[in-house]
Amino acid sequence: MLRHFIYSREGVLSLIVLVMFFGVGAINPDFISLSNSISIFNDTSILIMLALGQMMVILTRCIDLSVAANVAFTGMVVAMVNRYFPDINMAFLILLSLLIGAFLGAINGLFVWLLKVPSIVITLGTMSIYRGSTFLLSDGAWVNSHQMSASFIALPRFEILSMPVLGWMAIAAIIIVFWAMKFSVWGRNFYSAGGNPMAAFYSGVNVGKVQFYAFLVSGTLAGLCGYLWVSRFAVAYVDVANGFELQVVAACVIGGISIVGGVGTVVGCVIGALFIGVVNNALPIIGVSPFWQMAISGLVIIIAVIANASSDKNKARIILRKSDESADSAQVN
Amino acid sequence: MKNNAIFSLKKVSKVFPGVKALDAVDLHLYPGQVTALIGENGAGKSTLVKTMTGIYQPDGGEIIFNGKPVQFHSPHDSHALGITAIHQETVLFDDLTVAENIFLGNYPMTKYFSIDWSTMVTRSQEILSSINAPMNPNQILRELSIGQKHMVGIARALSVDAKVVILDEPTAALSHHEIHELYELVNTLKKQGKAILFITHKFDEIFALADRYTVFRDGRYVGEGFVKDVNEAQLVEMMVARSIDETYPKKDVNIGETLLEVVNLCHTTEFANISFSLKKGEILGIYGLVGSGRTEVMQALFGTSEQVTGTVKMEGKEVTIHSPKEAIDNGIVYVPEERQKQGIVLELPIYQNVSLPQIERLTKNGQVDQEGEMTLARQYCERLQVKASSWNEKVMNLSGGNQQKVVIAKWLATNPKVIILDEPTKGIDIGSKSAVHAFMSELVDSGLSVIMVSSELPEILGMSDRILVMNEGLIVGELSRADATPEKVVSLATGGIVVC
Repeated sequence: MLRHFIYSREGVLSLIVLVMFFGVGAINPDFISLSNSISIFNDTSILIMLALGQMMVILTRCIDLSVAANVAFTGMVVAMVNRYFPDINMAFLILLSLLIGAFLGAINGLFVWLLKVPSIVITLGTMSIYRGSTFLLSDGAWVNSHQMSASFIALPRFEILSMPVLGWMAIAAIIIVFWAMKFSVWGRNFYSAGGNPMAAFYSGVNVGKVQFYAFLVSGTLAGLCGYLWVSRFAVAYVDVANGFELQVVAACVIGGISIVGGVGTVVGCVIGALFIGVVNNALPIIGVSPFWQMAISGLVIIIAVIANASSDKNKARIILRKSDESADSAQVN
Repeated sequence: MKNNAIFSLKKVSKVFPGVKALDAVDLHLYPGQVTALIGENGAGKSTLVKTMTGIYQPDGGEIIFNGKPVQFHSPHDSHALGITAIHQETVLFDDLTVAENIFLGNYPMTKYFSIDWSTMVTRSQEILSSINAPMNPNQILRELSIGQKHMVGIARALSVDAKVVILDEPTAALSHHEIHELYELVNTLKKQGKAILFITHKFDEIFALADRYTVFRDGRYVGEGFVKDVNEAQLVEMMVARSIDETYPKKDVNIGETLLEVVNLCHTTEFANISFSLKKGEILGIYGLVGSGRTEVMQALFGTSEQVTGTVKMEGKEVTIHSPKEAIDNGIVYVPEERQKQGIVLELPIYQNVSLPQIERLTKNGQVDQEGEMTLARQYCERLQVKASSWNEKVMNLSGGNQQKVVIAKWLATNPKVIILDEPTKGIDIGSKSAVHAFMSELVDSGLSVIMVSSELPEILGMSDRILVMNEGLIVGELSRADATPEKVVSLATGGIVVC
């Protein structure tokens, strides 16, 4: 089992992340201290949650480019609600963020499911619409930290066992999604619908509906991340998370989620996100410009895709019987 | 044994745009009996399977299960009644494990609403060993051989409490050894009282396994009965006999010198020892069942396939063909079967499709000569009588028959010596069909040579000067126009021996 893991893509990727982590640690021992490790994980939490949603979307042969715009819009709504109703119950606000995110995700999903519009087109459109709506809603104004209630800002920072709630939320999301993708029929359907849609249909799986669910989950997680983002950075404005959807997709691709659908694991997805998180955190420490981070992620994506492509060898139909028959006669001897 | 059918189709029809795939067909399946469904390619067998399993909804007629009329709105409905099918095309998942492929859509669950993987693995093992195909249920399907995948498909069909099992050409991809195991399996299922529909082309299988037979031809029901009451010749006659309402515009052309000679063409997995020659002005028909390697040989001649050894001579000189460009340069062109995929760019206008293979020749100073393209298109499309409002129209707006003509025009414009037509009239209406046939006669009249690959027996018999028959990657027979009869051709193609 362990042997299997080491040779798998997830295993190789974890090894790379660990080598990077301890390599930087050799230069600066503080980097691998427990508190810094927790802080790196905490920093990567939002990316992990968004990547989990994106993973489900990509598994079904779709893509969700609107996640970052969803984060900005939902973040703006909850920040403004909090600004005008400072005493509002935080549980209600989180529920609100989930609902708004789910609603935005459902719009994407319904277009893909019922109108069969390619998801890249739909989410490219809704990406602009959601971002534009954020501007219309706020009139371009920022919601700054002094306009946010204390509990609004404090909640993701509250520490349990030295880890902030933000990190715990990511862990909860990982566990729930891991369970669902492995042990629920609902979750397994993502693999069948994306792996071979025709065969999935033959098996009674409604492929369009599965795609809808993927967008719904991606949107819901993006909504939650909307609140977490504005609370963590204590500011809400139109350009929140601008371009972040590309990092989310990058995390998935690095983590071995096949862009043509049907292949990918929660573990791979999380390690893919952690890879980006470690690179982001390590570069300033070893004195490399953060612009290198983009170049490094880009290089890794290309390597990951090449590794995927070369493993899919062309399969022939094998019409001749020759080889089989020689095997048969070998049995007789 | 009671003779009450558990599953019946009565006057079931299915219409696709332009084609009546099933025309009021009847079929009856009986518990504990194997019914063989027999028919040529295109007889409607696969459509029937899809109708029986809820993938297609019939346009007319009745489906009766256990004495009651039923309707299947989705594959789920028929599955729920215990009707399972092993389809001809793969309906499995390459990236999932064997166990999951077997139980997908019907997972065993624990009481905590969670998929019970360990039960899934143990039950997979049980089912696989019951059909004598032990393998590791945790293995990813991609890593298995075609034969093993097939056994997974069968295990999948047996994972539910099946009452009706449909096997759609189950032995097509299996080795002798595996076929033998499949026979045993079918007999086991029969003893368990399941009603089995066995679809096949092969007569030895029918006589070895089936209790009853039903024959379809061109989407119509021809007849049924007990296998013990018929012989092979009678079945062949039912399969191929047809009213001669189609006439073929085959002209007698002076057949000249040998133009193309293929010697011992071999492929590592798809075909072997392919040797034949083609004379100037000749139409060479190549017949074989789907999956007999016909298309693969033609693709090798056109340079699109790797792993090929052997010699190809044009006009006595040996030529090397490793790419379509080299084939075109040597005067060989290929009009593929999948014209929408391989033959044409639907979004481009007609004239650009026609000029595509010679776009370099039509380029002057780095600029494509649009006038030249237009002239070329006009010349050949008019000759082929393509019906379009202008040569600037997108190919996607044309009918199937006219699209086919554009593909032919495109290749003709390269001035070939040999034109290979793979299923030239598949899926096009009768009118366009005879236009394509007439045109083939015209082509050979003007000195070209034609290789025509076809699954349509009348077309092969009606148009060819000579017929090569392929079976399982080998050429199994050569018949002259005068010698060829439907019975001989079918018998060769299905692995039988010519009796006449």
